[in-house]
Amino acid sequence: MSDANLARALSRRSRMAKLKKRLSEGLFSGYGFLGYLFLYLPIIILVIFSFNDSRSTAQWAGFTTRWYVAMAKDHQIILSLWNSLFVAVVSTVISVIIGTLAALAMERYRFWGKLMMDAVLYLPIIIPDIAMAIMLLIFFDLSGVGFEPWKVHFFGVHLAVPYSVIIGHVAFNISFVAVVVRARLAQMDMVLEEAAQDLYADPWRTFWRVTFPMLLPGIVGGALLAFTLSMDDFVITFFTSGAGFNTLPVRVFSMIKKGVTPKINAVSTLMLLFSLVLVAISLILSRGGSEEGPSTPTL
Amino acid sequence: MKKWLTLLRQRPSLQAWLLLLPSAFWLFVFFIAPLFIVLVYSFLERGTYGGVVWHFTLENYRRVFDPLYFKTFWRSFYIAAVTTFFTLLLGYPLAYYIATRPPKRRGTLVLALMIPFWTNFLVRTYAWLTLLRTHTGLINVTLMSLGWIHKPLPLFGNDTAIVIGLVYGWLPDMILPIYATLERLDRSLLEAAMDLYASGPNVFRRVIWPLSLPGVVAGSMLVFIPSLGAFVTPAILGGGKALMIGNIISNQFLAAHDWPFGSALSFVMMAVMLIATLIYFRATSGEERRQL
Repeated sequence: MSDANLARALSRRSRMAKLKKRLSEGLFSGYGFLGYLFLYLPIIILVIFSFNDSRSTAQWAGFTTRWYVAMAKDHQIILSLWNSLFVAVVSTVISVIIGTLAALAMERYRFWGKLMMDAVLYLPIIIPDIAMAIMLLIFFDLSGVGFEPWKVHFFGVHLAVPYSVIIGHVAFNISFVAVVVRARLAQMDMVLEEAAQDLYADPWRTFWRVTFPMLLPGIVGGALLAFTLSMDDFVITFFTSGAGFNTLPVRVFSMIKKGVTPKINAVSTLMLLFSLVLVAISLILSRGGSEEGPSTPTL
Repeated sequence: MKKWLTLLRQRPSLQAWLLLLPSAFWLFVFFIAPLFIVLVYSFLERGTYGGVVWHFTLENYRRVFDPLYFKTFWRSFYIAAVTTFFTLLLGYPLAYYIATRPPKRRGTLVLALMIPFWTNFLVRTYAWLTLLRTHTGLINVTLMSLGWIHKPLPLFGNDTAIVIGLVYGWLPDMILPIYATLERLDRSLLEAAMDLYASGPNVFRRVIWPLSLPGVVAGSMLVFIPSLGAFVTPAILGGGKALMIGNIISNQFLAAHDWPFGSALSFVMMAVMLIATLIYFRATSGEERRQL
């Protein structure tokens, strides 16, 4: 075979290979698109039908916002929204403090019983929520702690504190906060802390001026996760709340059991917006963190 | 006071336990203790109106293996396994797709994955309820009005509906760990394989797949465990007919007032999860050795 023929044959082969590659690349991109469509389509349809001018969630009958009006007028829904926020805020604050302390101990010390504590911290993450729910149900019943929310009167504000729900949420959130904060601690360079010590900063000052500012993105990440998990939880709340106490997911579940209406779509859209806001916050925070790097602390 | 502080400074393990005191207290009182109480309850007799009679028995564990309950157990296991299989089948190529995009696109695609991941599970399950319902679900209504089908498809109140709901609900949990391992994968290894004239499928089978196994194992666990213990999905998409073990457990507490039996069921469920996890780890680590 002459050189010219060989070159032509080779170039044809490489053209074929290129074509094949482009074809598989195209198929692949198509698959990626379909994958995301699968993830988003049900949510988009859910939102669309929250504006449907009919009781149906399958046949479009025109645009309306009446389901949102109905939602805003439903005292049960509004009350359960406040309950959700209250439980999420309180359990996030408690679990962030406790979980961060635990992360510091687990990441920065060697001590007797560390392996056991590791297991105890990971268990609430892997145990199915239904098992954790009945564990807490039996515990509150047997110990006589009960489920009835505490009625607190505080400067004219009447609050029902659902301590059993909050205790349960903190119990699973500690572990998630600890994992996130530990990951941040493991990435952190100890050099700055050592430098602070070399400059005769006492441990207390070193922690607040060096360790804490560097740890902050991890703590905020853990807090966002804890808040989301708490807002989202249905099973554990369902089993540990006293009669008549609803969080938003518990309320939505009982509404679904009664029958599907676009009003549930409207509430779902509201919950979706909450998640979007949380994703946006975490995105802004992580962007800020990665661009500037760990903020250089001033002693 | 001063003596205490110097003692604390000299003994780091004391410092560690001081930091751990609140979390250890909370988890031992509100998690470990309840776990043991449930274990004890599973060996007791039921009370008439809920609660227990303090009398030792193995009857609850024998009843778990009654054909009636054992069948539900087996079905739950089967549903969880099928769910894991489908999330892997759908999720792996998607994770690979994301990992092979340019870095900037990758960030956007991962973010697009986070939105459904952070959306309430109940909301996502409800979304499928409005799609799958037999006579009033969007899929059947649309297909019937188009005249493509004349009888509604059996999409609701059965295992198919539960598997669809679970696959949808847990897909991001499968994609994210696989993506994390694929993203870290050393490109030069792929080039080396190509240089040695390995075909595309061979590069995948001998290089990419074994190296991504840790992500596959992690993702499978993240999907299998909550699927086996599922409660919300079968409660909503099972239509009261198709139940899983999570629903049987909750019924013992909410309706049947048989707390000891419910406790025994949960312990057997957790044991199944533990055993399945161990077998899966063993099998995949064995495969890793063979492939390499």
